[in-house]
Amino acid sequence: MNFSFAFNLPEVSSVLAVVWFLLVAVLWIGYLVLEGFDYGVAMLIPFLGKNEKERRVIINTIGPVWDGNEVWLLTAGGAMFLAFPAWYATLFSGLYLPLFLVLVGLIIRGVSFEYRSKNPDTKWRSVFDWLAAIGSFLVPLVFGVGFANFIIGLPVVPDPNNPALYVIATDAANVGQVPYFWELFSPFGLLGGIAVVAICLFHGSIYLTLKTKGEVKERAKGFAKLVGLVTIVGGAVFLICQNLFWAPMFLSGLNWILVLVAAVALIGAWLTIGQGKSFTLSAVAILAVALGIFIRMLPTLGFVDAGTRTSLLADGSLLGLNIFSAASQDSTLTIALIAALIMVPIVLAYTIWAYWVFRRPVGVENIPDDAEAVPA
Amino acid sequence: MSAETLARWQFGITTVYHFLFVPITIALSLLVAVLQTLWVKSGNERFLRLTKFYGKLFLINFAMGVVTGIVQEFQFGMNWSEYARFVGDIFGAPLALEALISFFLESVFLGMWIFGWDKLPKKIHLATIWLGAIGTLISSIFILVANSWMQNPTGAAFDKGDTTVENLRAEMTDFAAVLLNPVAAATWTHVIFGAFMTAGALIMGAAGYNLVKLNNENGEVKDVDDFRWATKFGAWVLIVASVGTIFTGHIQGQIITDLQPMKMAAAENLQKSEACAPFEIIPGVGVPCVLSFMATNDPSATVKGIDDLVAEYNEKLAAGEPLDARNQLQVTTAAAKAGIWTEGADPVDFVPPVLPTFWSFRFMMGLGFIGILIGIIVLVGTKGDKIPSGGKGWNAMMLAAPLLPLFASSFGWLVTEIGRQPYLVNGVLSTHAAVSPGVTAIEVGLTLVLYTAIYAVFAVVEVSLMLKYAKAGLPKVVEPEVQTDDDAPLSFAY
Repeated sequence: MNFSFAFNLPEVSSVLAVVWFLLVAVLWIGYLVLEGFDYGVAMLIPFLGKNEKERRVIINTIGPVWDGNEVWLLTAGGAMFLAFPAWYATLFSGLYLPLFLVLVGLIIRGVSFEYRSKNPDTKWRSVFDWLAAIGSFLVPLVFGVGFANFIIGLPVVPDPNNPALYVIATDAANVGQVPYFWELFSPFGLLGGIAVVAICLFHGSIYLTLKTKGEVKERAKGFAKLVGLVTIVGGAVFLICQNLFWAPMFLSGLNWILVLVAAVALIGAWLTIGQGKSFTLSAVAILAVALGIFIRMLPTLGFVDAGTRTSLLADGSLLGLNIFSAASQDSTLTIALIAALIMVPIVLAYTIWAYWVFRRPVGVENIPDDAEAVPA
Repeated sequence: MSAETLARWQFGITTVYHFLFVPITIALSLLVAVLQTLWVKSGNERFLRLTKFYGKLFLINFAMGVVTGIVQEFQFGMNWSEYARFVGDIFGAPLALEALISFFLESVFLGMWIFGWDKLPKKIHLATIWLGAIGTLISSIFILVANSWMQNPTGAAFDKGDTTVENLRAEMTDFAAVLLNPVAAATWTHVIFGAFMTAGALIMGAAGYNLVKLNNENGEVKDVDDFRWATKFGAWVLIVASVGTIFTGHIQGQIITDLQPMKMAAAENLQKSEACAPFEIIPGVGVPCVLSFMATNDPSATVKGIDDLVAEYNEKLAAGEPLDARNQLQVTTAAAKAGIWTEGADPVDFVPPVLPTFWSFRFMMGLGFIGILIGIIVLVGTKGDKIPSGGKGWNAMMLAAPLLPLFASSFGWLVTEIGRQPYLVNGVLSTHAAVSPGVTAIEVGLTLVLYTAIYAVFAVVEVSLMLKYAKAGLPKVVEPEVQTDDDAPLSFAY
């Protein structure tokens, strides 16, 4: 069996690269929409749960599903590696310390859900509540800063020793000497971080209004109203700034439409807090914002030439690191595309089933006493 | 220290640590699925109690495996960007497919299994643990296909004749050859049998400890009987799996000798090529011809030594030839080096660190064999209705039982990965050339210290929880039923 192709038309390459870019975007959006709410929920554990049973109510709303949500991130990362190795290589090595913070956040929150219940000691539980909350804050914060920087454009230079590999740096002389780190935290970068944390909190508190009962539900409603306002204002500033200061190379009309969709969805979500459609609307808002950012990353994947700070070089050609140059060969993309087209619907089907199985809201009356809890 | 050295330490520490949780996740999930199947089929409460007892140990372990696994996927890009760029066309595919096919399966269905006792009918709930366990098994196939490609890069060629800058990389020529890599088949079976040794020993150790304790304290007859069954069950899994481990290890040894002779020479510290080569149990104590048998299945065959291999490789390097003319990627890369591509910076020294490889190989086998010995002792000690009298020695043995094959697995990986040096992709891309050029030693060093610190803290927490729940004994169980009352307490909640 040999899957390599006899023909190698550039058109096929280009189409495959664009399709895979969209698929990567879909995976990231799936991650943000799904894990977005469990970040929000986990951040709220110490604040909306006034006693031990209430905190357990909050955790148990996401208990069965958070791990599956996180796999969207792993798959998105894997898909970048598979489809755009040069993008994955430059981005992951270039954002070294921010990604380390993401990993630390993911480690401390993931362990907390499982381990907090394993000891009734109040201090023990409080430690894991805070680890879950801090980890769940750290991850969207860093990703928010990162996405804002994709809009601004991350400066790259070819590695002086290897023209095929691009490195994020302000200057070729800085490669391997000065990490590109503090530059990430420009006002717009920080705004991105805050906006993503806010939208996760909004999305998560809306989820809690639907998945809890009694006092926790009421508290979640009150919080959603508050954080919803912050999200609408912060989101509006973020979206308007991005379109005014960093116009996309392509589809700028569509980008304004997506801004409008996001704004309408956020306001709609805020007006319908407590109803099922509120959650759908906050999910649509996340989708619209993320899609807008991914469209802006065309065609140079959010990278700019370090010297000119644009995606176009002096001679009018495109930056060497772009969606087409970074893409894997056609046969890899084709095989993986077939696998993705088969697997993604299957994954979606059983994920939906899992959510349906755990559809009932959780209240304090549903939380067994520690002594009763049958270990599974 | 250079960023490269620190990155290698970081990979070593985070990977060995991650792999402490992997064998238990793979094999214990399948064994718990077997226990739950026995319960569903027989209705015997013993198997429900054992399912819940070992299920809990499995989940404590699984949580650590999940979170430390994410580090692995990110690390290729973070510390080894030229590697990621160079091999992504081939290496990225198994990684992405692993996430898409197996991580979703295991995460979603294990979530349903943990929380679904009172939400799903018995048989469907049973299906969730099987699907989750199969997910972990599929994941091991993909990741070992990926690793085996680094050992033996099949089904690929350099740049396929296109010499533009972005095409200076390995490309896939035959996906089936990547999947059907002989190294992958041998490695996967060896790793899986090893995982079952660890999980069998864990089942045996936890049950054997409780069996003796309860028997000495005149505990409930039911508990004693259940633990006796589990002790024997675990011991049998350990022993049967060990036969498979030894057999597949022997096959793997021959494949290594054929495809990576330098790794075998380093693992044996064999300087000169030798016919009827002896196997040194420790330096100076050799058994004649055993190495030749291990390496080639022929006691009289010649095994190549380090000095001869170095001379041979240097000659080939000078002539612009590949290390192994049978490998298409090595051939095309060597040809490219003569012309356009010079970035694969050929290693100065073809010899991997010999002492760590040599000793890891011995620790792997030694610990594995002691583990098997404990399994036999336990089987003899619990023969028929016998229950050992216990004592500190017994408890130490029960604690050591799962750790021995587990650490043997770690040492096996050290042989595999250190023995492949100085290459990341055997004969093609050196470790030196693969490291991220833009990452500073301070960044790698800082994160190395922090990973190690965080991992150390969680190791203490994990081990204390494992011991706590292993000592807690079998839980009282009620027959799970699908709960229809919205206000009733959940049968399981965090």
